[in-house]
Amino acid sequence: MANLYQSLELIKPEIALSIALIVLVTCDLIFHKDKKFIPYIALGGLLITGIFLLANSSVSGFAFIQTDLMGKIGLVAVDSFGTFFKLLVIITSILIVFFSFSSEEIQKITDRIGEYYALLLGMILGMFFLISATDLILIYLSLELMSLSSYVLAGFTKLRDRNSEAALKYLIYGSVSSGLMLFGISLLYGLTGSTNLYVINMMLQSPNANMFTLAFANILILAGIGYKISAAPFHFWTPDVYEGAPITITAYLSVASKAAGFALLIRFIKTTFVSFVDSTGNWQLIQVFDWKSVLIALSILTMTLGNFSAIWQNNIKRMLAFSSIAHAGYLMLGLVVFSNGGLLAILVYFVIYLLMNLGAFLVAMLIANKTGFEDINDYNGLGHTSPFLGIAMVIFLVSLVGLPPTAGFIGKLYLFIALVDAKMLAVAVIALLNSVVSLYYYVRVIKHMYLTAPEKETQAVKPNLHDTILVTVLVIPTLLFGIYFQPLVNWAKNSLEILGLM
Amino acid sequence: MIGFPILSLITFLPVLGMILILFIPKEQPKTVKYLSLAITGVQVVLAIILLANYNYNLAGVFEEKSFQFIEKFTWINITGLTWLGTVKIDYFLGIDGISMPMVLLTAIISFIACISSWTITKSVKGYFALFLLLDTGMMGVFVALDFFLFYIFWEIMLLPMYFLIGIWGGPRKEYAAIKFFIYTLFGSIFILLVMIGLYFSTTETLADGSKILTFNMLAMMNPANSTADGILSILNPNNLRFIAYIALFAGFAIKIPMFPFHTWLPDAHVEAPTPISVILAGVLLKMGTYGILRFNYPIFPEITRDLMWWIGMFGMVNIIYGALVALAQKDFKKLIAYSSVSHMGYVLLGMASLTTTGINGAIFQMFNHGTITAMLFLIVGVIYDRAHTRGLYDFGGLASQMPVYTGFVTVAFFAAIGLPGMSGFISEALVFVGAFGVETTRVLAIISTLGILLGAGYMLWTFQRIFFGPLNEKWAAMTDVDKRELSMLIPLSVIIIFLGVYPSGVLDIMNTSVNTLVNLVVNGL
Repeated sequence: MANLYQSLELIKPEIALSIALIVLVTCDLIFHKDKKFIPYIALGGLLITGIFLLANSSVSGFAFIQTDLMGKIGLVAVDSFGTFFKLLVIITSILIVFFSFSSEEIQKITDRIGEYYALLLGMILGMFFLISATDLILIYLSLELMSLSSYVLAGFTKLRDRNSEAALKYLIYGSVSSGLMLFGISLLYGLTGSTNLYVINMMLQSPNANMFTLAFANILILAGIGYKISAAPFHFWTPDVYEGAPITITAYLSVASKAAGFALLIRFIKTTFVSFVDSTGNWQLIQVFDWKSVLIALSILTMTLGNFSAIWQNNIKRMLAFSSIAHAGYLMLGLVVFSNGGLLAILVYFVIYLLMNLGAFLVAMLIANKTGFEDINDYNGLGHTSPFLGIAMVIFLVSLVGLPPTAGFIGKLYLFIALVDAKMLAVAVIALLNSVVSLYYYVRVIKHMYLTAPEKETQAVKPNLHDTILVTVLVIPTLLFGIYFQPLVNWAKNSLEILGLM
Repeated sequence: MIGFPILSLITFLPVLGMILILFIPKEQPKTVKYLSLAITGVQVVLAIILLANYNYNLAGVFEEKSFQFIEKFTWINITGLTWLGTVKIDYFLGIDGISMPMVLLTAIISFIACISSWTITKSVKGYFALFLLLDTGMMGVFVALDFFLFYIFWEIMLLPMYFLIGIWGGPRKEYAAIKFFIYTLFGSIFILLVMIGLYFSTTETLADGSKILTFNMLAMMNPANSTADGILSILNPNNLRFIAYIALFAGFAIKIPMFPFHTWLPDAHVEAPTPISVILAGVLLKMGTYGILRFNYPIFPEITRDLMWWIGMFGMVNIIYGALVALAQKDFKKLIAYSSVSHMGYVLLGMASLTTTGINGAIFQMFNHGTITAMLFLIVGVIYDRAHTRGLYDFGGLASQMPVYTGFVTVAFFAAIGLPGMSGFISEALVFVGAFGVETTRVLAIISTLGILLGAGYMLWTFQRIFFGPLNEKWAAMTDVDKRELSMLIPLSVIIIFLGVYPSGVLDIMNTSVNTLVNLVVNGL
């Protein structure tokens, strides 16, 4: 029993989230007349979870101990790395709740608003466990919890044909990839006799595994995770789903679900395939599978494909979808160096990505709310009629390109520092050339907002106080972290601990 | 020396002005214009204060204690990364004889360009806000002594420039603006990579004796600060210094613009509004050559020595090619743009000689090209404002119609040709003397003299087409230059003629530093 108490102590944020979910569903059932306060329950639940997370930030340990293997190993690892990603998810979720307040699409469905937030909380719970899971079964379960909620959310508004098409596509692609992943998991279990990542790590260190089967299993699992982080060639669902889903959910998928996917990928590889971390912070991989080459190839493919496809997009959501694919490619670069420096770069990049990507989606949503435009060609002249949103959008887009003095530059800088430190110059050059390509499509939006003269009078988009504050909350750190990034890096620096065997 | 942080003030004053402008109501464009004028005016005053307090005997270049007006504070300090060590970035400003003329030039050209912007009527607030942001970026590039800080200033200029060309430019502005943006970003990614490589190859000793990696560009110049295994460290036998040199050079060469990276320039110039052309030619192009002198030369002296013929060769190609293409132009502004390419070639040729005379000539040529070409673009602006065309064959006989204007054009054209008595003559002469005196660049210098001939050819031919012959009746009502235009043309003419007869005014500022730089490159530290 002591074990159980200890475990529950460690997963307080998850418990808070579950309670919030139950309260929300119950309230939704009882008060089916007036549902105005439902979002506030979700918001309260998220805030309390966030407080528990912060209180837990210095705690680390295993919950639900399974085996005793040179120390007690459990199902759930609570460490600073996990807490970092959970905080990112919580911050994104809170912002998305505020996004939903100002989203016309979401406000139209007041009668089903309870389900919307219930699904959102369910998805967050899935992501939380995914970030911490160190057992293949738990990984699969939490992945499914997260995915199933997101399938429904993607098609939630049902107002447009695109919407249900998006949800269906998402579901079909998702089930295939999770099927593949499950197959990979079963192979890995067959090879090593365990589902616990630490035990698998021990088994792989003794060189008697069938290399071919192992490679096959790894690639299948990578396909499942690659789907979540929308890495090429598993990205095909992304543009359609991002275009079809309500903007709030698109923004959410592009940040939170990607964060959870990345946390899973990093933890999976670090826990399963790294034998030790040397004094210079480099991760020594067990020589059973060439993760480095596979990930380099995937990341270059992902960013190049994302960037070059984004050039041709006219719909802002599709464009941002491809841009988020490209950013997944950049983020993977932080992993391929297999060092603490690379991990630091990923963490720094993710915070910045959260700010700038959500910001760009928010401005796109506010414009679509007012004018109904999602086509970039309809943005002509908007910068002049709506100066505040125009300037904010310029800042977010410039940050997405990665130009100083915005935060996006710092994110890229840390990635390239990690790459140059690992002497992977060719990869760095390819990534940098990619960011030149990305300049073209991001600036295209700016071009339409400012340079191209509108054919008819452009409708001015005047955000109300709530929206203005929301945009400002995202703009200020995007600029501030560009010139003073010390607090950000310090936070990331203290969040590098991934619980290992030693 | 001076009781206040003068370099920070001269750099960030425009940003302050930009913030103030954002609070001025849209209905008061006059206030916006006068505020910008005041800000750039104060900048000129500050630049003069700098010059008055400048010690001509201190060299700078690689030695922190002989830089002047230094401001150095810790900006970013991240400790406790066991595997990366402390990450520390300084806010580090200072000037020496190489940057002082450039600071002066930036202040003057910004002020003139601000007067020239008076005719802007479309979203005045936005224009001047961006203009001032650009001003900060330019000033910052010349005063930064930390590579990281330098890079930030270098990149800050891109976006304002994109908008200034793209919103207030001519018919093909969108194309020209994005071309400028992509070209320069392409160049700066190489600078970024070299910056990171140098970071991992250079250490700096802190007050407590510990060594940390650094972005300090003065530390990068001293081989004693090299790490043992940095990829750009001179101590590492497998270093990539040669590739890094080429990458860095290419990054700066795009800005100069050096053949074959020059194709963005004519587009940008033709489409940009007059004041932006003035800034572009007057200051922005200088950043390329300044960057080479500030980074390539002292950080990689051994490679510079090996490549001096190549640098001179590219200089020669720029001179001849630019002049030949200029000869073929039918558009006045495009002609000036290509003459710019040609004139920047002299800078490269002078730099390639690796002699004090040659590099003095090169930096002086940077300054002179800044003032002369600024004036030439203003001259184009004057007739374009009146006639709304720049076709060289659309005019004729304007000499009698606009006598005062013709007088100023004569000054500017003769200065551009390099007539004795004008500043351009001195700098080009120095460049040729420098390049001729060294065996490596002698042949290049001889061929390059052809450029002077071609220059005289296209300039005089242009003069003839516009000012002589029968007056085109269409322009019978054209008025001569007004007071505002005089207020820009007179100071520039005065500078050009004054430096033509008294070149020491600028040469003395740079002489000590250039000597030190040449000594560093030729003999090592």
